[in-house]
Amino acid sequence: MVVSVSLIGVLLIAGSSKKPNERELYTILTALAKFFLVVSMLPTILQGKVIEFLLITVLPGLDIKFRVDAFGIFFAITSSFLWILNSLYSIGYMRALKEHAQTRYYICFAIALSATMGIAFSANLFTLFLFYEALTICTYPLVIHNETPEAKQGGKRYLAYLLGTSIAFQLFAIFLVYNVAGTLEFSNQGILAGKGSNLLLSVIFFLFIAGIGKGALMPFHLWLPAAMVAPTPVSALLHAVAVVKAGVFTILKIVLFVFGVDLLSQLGLGLVLAYCAGFTTIAASFVALKEDNLKARLAYSTVSQLSYIILGAALLSPSAITGAVMHIVVHAFGKITLFFTAGAIYVATRKKKISELDGIGRQMPFTMTAFAIASLSMIGLPPASGFLSKWYLFLGAIEADQALIFIVLAGSAVLNAFYFLPIVYAAFFKELPPGEKAERREAPAFMVVPLMLTAIGTIIILFCPSFFIDLAGMVAASATGVN
Amino acid sequence: MSISQHFPVFVILLPLISAVLIPILSRAKKIYGWYISSAATFFSFMISVSLLRTVLDKGEISYWLGNWEPPWGIEYVVDYLSGFVLVVISFIIFVITLYSRNSVDKEIPEDKVVPFYSIYMLFVAGLLGMIVTGDIFNLYVFIEISSLAGYALIAVGRKRDALIASYNYLILGTIAATFILLGIGYLYMMTGTLNMADLRERLPALYNTTVIRTAFAFFSVGLSLKIALFPLHIWLPNAYTHAPSVIAALQAATATKVGVYAMIRIMFTVFKPHFILEVVPVARLFLVLSAVAIIAGSLLAFGQKDIRRVLAYSSIGQIGYIVMGIALANRLSIIGSLIHILNHALMKGGLFLVVGAVVYKTGITDIDGFKGLGKKMPFSMAAFTICALSMVGIPLTAGFVSKWYLALGALQAGKWIMVPVILISSLLTAIYFWRIIDNIYFEGHEVEGKIDDAPPGMLVPTFALAFCCILFGIVASIPVNITGLAAEMLVGG
Repeated sequence: MVVSVSLIGVLLIAGSSKKPNERELYTILTALAKFFLVVSMLPTILQGKVIEFLLITVLPGLDIKFRVDAFGIFFAITSSFLWILNSLYSIGYMRALKEHAQTRYYICFAIALSATMGIAFSANLFTLFLFYEALTICTYPLVIHNETPEAKQGGKRYLAYLLGTSIAFQLFAIFLVYNVAGTLEFSNQGILAGKGSNLLLSVIFFLFIAGIGKGALMPFHLWLPAAMVAPTPVSALLHAVAVVKAGVFTILKIVLFVFGVDLLSQLGLGLVLAYCAGFTTIAASFVALKEDNLKARLAYSTVSQLSYIILGAALLSPSAITGAVMHIVVHAFGKITLFFTAGAIYVATRKKKISELDGIGRQMPFTMTAFAIASLSMIGLPPASGFLSKWYLFLGAIEADQALIFIVLAGSAVLNAFYFLPIVYAAFFKELPPGEKAERREAPAFMVVPLMLTAIGTIIILFCPSFFIDLAGMVAASATGVN
Repeated sequence: MSISQHFPVFVILLPLISAVLIPILSRAKKIYGWYISSAATFFSFMISVSLLRTVLDKGEISYWLGNWEPPWGIEYVVDYLSGFVLVVISFIIFVITLYSRNSVDKEIPEDKVVPFYSIYMLFVAGLLGMIVTGDIFNLYVFIEISSLAGYALIAVGRKRDALIASYNYLILGTIAATFILLGIGYLYMMTGTLNMADLRERLPALYNTTVIRTAFAFFSVGLSLKIALFPLHIWLPNAYTHAPSVIAALQAATATKVGVYAMIRIMFTVFKPHFILEVVPVARLFLVLSAVAIIAGSLLAFGQKDIRRVLAYSSIGQIGYIVMGIALANRLSIIGSLIHILNHALMKGGLFLVVGAVVYKTGITDIDGFKGLGKKMPFSMAAFTICALSMVGIPLTAGFVSKWYLALGALQAGKWIMVPVILISSLLTAIYFWRIIDNIYFEGHEVEGKIDDAPPGMLVPTFALAFCCILFGIVASIPVNITGLAAEMLVGG
């Protein structure tokens, strides 16, 4: 149902393409409707129950089936809420820049969110794969929106990495799982225990990891910087809400609900994944340090932060999993703020590079304050919610006896500081470039308000975390059987 | 009741009679050729459906021509396999025939339209006869009828290249047919019968004789040539490229499929699966060849500038899929092959029909000529995109279903290496179709002038095929059930 809401929205949007205000209204209405529908399912889930719905059986063993559980609703709430804000922001951005092809833009967004909901609520690998691919395809027109040669290049790389990995590896893994386990349904204890030789199971595992390009594990991460050619609200969506979170969501589903915590620790694969993720975290941070283009730095920061989530799940301990799931929402709020900021800067000043941002705090105080708060979240410092998820991740590393991982987590926090704090410092404490005056030049309200809301959200989550922690805890409990 | 008893032969008689009627009645009005063809193919389709339903209800139908008892008389057999293929092929033929009216207007010289439809009906009769017959010499007769008609149809186009392509196909096709005839001859020599069921009984005792093995070899080579299995595929690209659009569509969607059907009949009904798996392990050879065909077809499609060549090489790859399923010879893989017969007919047919529409409106077949057509011919291009997605094998399209079963069949047979082959070719397919789709939707116009979408006479059939691509991607259970029964019959579960 939730999936179809935004699909209906697509029709409305398409129909009203000639009247911009009406069209935008439909987008907002659809986003609100979707969010409320998701929330309406919340009470049932919080009681520990699960909602299931079979759409259609395509082939024996292949159903399109939906299942709303704690993990799914966690992801869905985050995405649908942020879509509302992102739509407001988009309106500001698109109109300020007088962008073309706006109808196509809003339509693709609506479809993308439908696909995201589909991923969040999928009950088996087939449904998940279906919506995963749909998400790739409908975000392509968003990535190449500007239709410049660079945009097309970026788009090609986007498709190449995402479709290539998913067809060559993920689909192969799905075939193997079906062949070995006879089913594709997700289950709390996993469906692969005892179903094949260790070698075969390991191969399947690595095929999945390679095949879920949206999780941006190195070396399959290059689509993400390439996608920076998109307009900033698209990057905000891709890097906070839909695509990347769908990627790590999928990886977590595989780890927790296809393989299961017990099987993975038996096979020792949890650690392997943890090291891969750890490597990605550190390596991506180093690349981020060097980037001068703001969006590029944010992109590599995302690659790094996503690996936190994967790392948490790979540690296979309850606290770590809780931390991983928490980080989904924490990073979503933080990163979307950062990207919103980048877009606001571009709209107001046409600047894209960090080196140009000296003193901009004086011109855009609201924007840069939000940036500062979000940066704190990325680093993991209070009063931003990043502190919370990092806390759980550290706990998890201790629980799992992994000193090296602990060091990785700490080290990357330091690196985060190194590539975010200088920006904040330069914005507020350095002199403006010659010729510029210290007068207020904020971006339009449609853009600034959402970004402040998400920044405030980042703080709120730290101080009122119980809702999210509870849900995350439920996920961890169901996966590890610990209560 | 008594008429429906003769349905198996009516399926062929209708087109045959039309072939004769058309030149006679068209003296009055040229368009009668199309009317009669459409009517004949429609009724053939209806009869096929009725036959399939009877088979599903009551089991195999056996029809004796002229009421002479086999093995002296000619027997027509409609079982799960032939029933299924009959429905598929007759449906595609019907749809393409409906479509042909406008396309023929543009592409066939006026004075040749009447003979065109007449020979077209002969072609159809030949194909349908191949499917329905239970007698091996009868099979050869129909192969020749459809082949000869096919050569003529390819050559009817306005261009000289069409003549050369047709001539090449004629030479190679005749060699193929001759090989098949030799195979039949050897079988007859050793067993004294031409009836397929009878041969099935008598051959196992002779499996180890050189004569029978030679016969099988001749069959294999001859049929492989006919279906353009790599490396015997060279006639196909030119034939598909230079033929009139309708004929390209027809050939791509039906002729090779019926050829594969004949191959299945030889390998699984006349000879038992035991033969190709253990006595002379040709299955392994065909498996390798099919894998090569799949990859080579996809690779060769890359550099092509003319879209019909892209589709032609793509077809060579797709034939590889079907043969792979046969070579794996288990229930799942055969389901995959048979479903792919249906699916590829739908997808490739649809794609060629869109190309025909583009030719009709613009005369261009270059990939670059597709630029910007997304806006000018939105419906045609939508159909193209749907069929292209199905070719790649995106879930919820028909193409995915065939690949699913082929992959599972490969895994069950222990030949897991085939799965990467399937996946890699899907990726390659995605890439070369991507270039075209990119041109359609994301590039500016190249073609000048006012162009609007194809006329409904062409759009409706095209869309029907595209719709079926999605229909059978979602409600796949219908074809799966029928082909499941066929597969069990062929390899025994």
